Amino acid sequence: MEEQYLLKVDNLHTHFFTKTGVVKAVDGVSFSIRSGETLGIVGESGSGKSITALSIMKLVPNPPGRIVEGAIYYNGEDLMSKSEKQMRRIRGNKLSMIFQDPMTSLNPVFTIGRQLVETVRAHRDLSKRQAEARAIELLTLVGIPDPKQRLKNYPHEFSGGMRQRVMIAMALACDPELLIADEPTTALDVTVQAQILELLKRLQEELGMAIIMITHDLGVVAEICDRVMVMYAGRQVEFTNRIALFDHPKHPYTWGLLDSIPKMEKEKRRLQAIAGHPPDLRYLPQGCYFADRCKQATEECKMHEPTLTKLDDHHLVRCLLYEDIKVEST
Amino acid sequence: MTTLLEVKDLEKHFPITRGAIIPHKVGAVKAVDGISFKVEQGKTLGLVGESGCGKSTTGRTILKLTEPTGGHIYFDGQEITHLKGEKLRRLRQDMQLIFQDPFASLNPRMTVEQIIAEPLKVFGMHKEERQKRINYLLEVVGLSSYHKERYPHEFSGGQRQRVGIARALALEPKLIICDEPVSALDVSIQAQVVNLMEDLQKAFGLTYVFIAHDLGVVHHISDQVAVMYLGEIVELGSYDELYAHPKHPYTQALLSAIPEANPHRKKERIVLKGDVPSPATPPTGCKFHTRCPFAEQRCRLEKPTMKVVSLTGQEAACHFVEEVSDVVG
Ligand SMILES: Nc1ncnc2c1ncn2[C@@H]1O[C@H](COP(=O)(O)OP(=O)(O)OP(=O)(O)O)[C@@H](O)[C@H]1O
Ligand SMILES: Nc1ncnc2c1ncn2[C@@H]1O[C@H](COP(=O)(O)OP(=O)(O)OP(=O)(O)O)[C@@H](O)[C@H]1O
Ligand SMILES: [Mg+2]
Ligand SMILES: [Mg+2]
Repeated sequence: MEEQYLLKVDNLHTHFFTKTGVVKAVDGVSFSIRSGETLGIVGESGSGKSITALSIMKLVPNPPGRIVEGAIYYNGEDLMSKSEKQMRRIRGNKLSMIFQDPMTSLNPVFTIGRQLVETVRAHRDLSKRQAEARAIELLTLVGIPDPKQRLKNYPHEFSGGMRQRVMIAMALACDPELLIADEPTTALDVTVQAQILELLKRLQEELGMAIIMITHDLGVVAEICDRVMVMYAGRQVEFTNRIALFDHPKHPYTWGLLDSIPKMEKEKRRLQAIAGHPPDLRYLPQGCYFADRCKQATEECKMHEPTLTKLDDHHLVRCLLYEDIKVEST
Repeated sequence: MTTLLEVKDLEKHFPITRGAIIPHKVGAVKAVDGISFKVEQGKTLGLVGESGCGKSTTGRTILKLTEPTGGHIYFDGQEITHLKGEKLRRLRQDMQLIFQDPFASLNPRMTVEQIIAEPLKVFGMHKEERQKRINYLLEVVGLSSYHKERYPHEFSGGQRQRVGIARALALEPKLIICDEPVSALDVSIQAQVVNLMEDLQKAFGLTYVFIAHDLGVVHHISDQVAVMYLGEIVELGSYDELYAHPKHPYTQALLSAIPEANPHRKKERIVLKGDVPSPATPPTGCKFHTRCPFAEQRCRLEKPTMKVVSLTGQEAACHFVEEVSDVVG
């Protein structure tokens, strides 16, 4: 019996067709998420985290981008077959996203208040006055002081972190069922971050909201994610639950990632970085995409492309090191 | 040791105006409200604090991208507070900014090559030399030469931030104000960039003001750390000391709020009550008193000044420094 998923992404491929070649930004990603669950997506910068999120929202800039293969089901409905008009009704209402770049997603010529009120009224049948009250409530929720006064400000009059909080407020305006948060706390300091994470947790409990949390902060992952997907060069390289990710990471890239975290220890020593660069997504190498940066890599890794292998019920990994110990009972 | 940058009682108040036809001032956002610090040549000052506390404004004011409304800025032995025209232009070569927002700071119509070439051209570097320098800069920030012909929108967030870093490094400035330069990067690249910045610092004697909210990174890169709250510095000290013995209750709260990358450890958090007050109407007395777990009557009335609190010169602005640091240990 198949479990009931809120969102199911199946073998998603999103490519950009540029003058200089096809950029395979997302190349075969599959996952699903249930109501009330928090799924973390971590991975190298440029590995396709944001494009995965934009694909779900069907907001990939086209041209040059296009979903070339794969399926996305939301509540059992096929999003790929939805028209733009139908998508607009779903977006911002049931399915909501906090974008990574707050400055480009806020319109610089309108006040914060006007933009919030418009967002609220786009999906709810409220009077202007009611919408304004809701806007103030939302700004209070995300911890903006003096919200009534602040509604009259323009985006450039807000600090980076405050703009980010406005984006969070907008995404929460209609109590979404699924919130995709792309680096929502990156611009925020730790105390506000702690407040926002608390807020998200609370909303999740109250409304059963599911969250896809894209972040590079493994502290955030440790705090709120149930399961975690690690991406590298457009693909999943590891997929497991939170505890296993930290206690038994399997993929050499994940090892590198965990080693890179700056430690708050007394001795100041050089940070551990993963040497080298990710591959050019237009000319992907044969074999494992991580091979030329991997300390464990053998000649075979450069020849054979590893497949996503199931180690146990909670752990998938894409690495030749584990291919022979595949469990057969799937 | 020589002081490269000194800031004295620096102030930046943004006027709040009303009236569309005859605008008149009705108040001010006290974004930076009288801060002082020094940065030695070749060292790094970390600047941390809550969102909206005035970190970026401090950086922009030092670079004279916005005029200070009070106080003094000295750079390389010269007062630059009111420098203008040609002198200011020349000064700008020595001072660079890495922006917080990589999306808004890169010209969308220029390729990466053109973006990095721009300061080099202004400087009068020849085409061939420029090419070499651009390739070198891309290499050091972890981009490849095949990225050169691309436009900013074709990059991910972290890749764009690296373009901004390459541009800032182009002219080998003396001082770089880094406004959250690695916040948008994943940890492995964060580590690469921080290591890179440390190497460049050693190689060229660069001086950094490093703005961040990630105390882990600040801890790593800074010699001195200044903690800001609502436009003021509340604590200043060497990095080890500040982390080992935070004296100000706000610093203590900041340190306790860092999420730890360990799912088994639940940290004891000092949760600050209430919201950040508005910088237009800051609280009386100690600006932190509305959220401070130790606040008393005196804090509401009397403004604490920076006091030296340790033998190594750590400073904090709190009436109850002794009592407070006893509580935390
Ligand atoms: N419009 C575009 N044209 C061509 N390539 C693009 C375009 N948009 C994104 N890409 C490429 O797609 C890849 C994936 O980008 P994406 O924004 O998803 O990365 P990310 O994992 O979110 O990175 P970050 O952590 O830096 O935000 C990147 O390598 C990027 O260069
Ligand atoms: N041009 C402006 N006009 C009016 N107010 C401004 C302007 N620029 C900044 N402010 C205000 O000054 C205060 C400090 O802003 P600043 O951008 O320096 O904060 P910050 O410490 O860098 O925050 P963050 O960590 O969120 O980037 C904020 O309250 C902001 O709203
Ligand atoms: Mg992204
Ligand atoms: Mg800022």
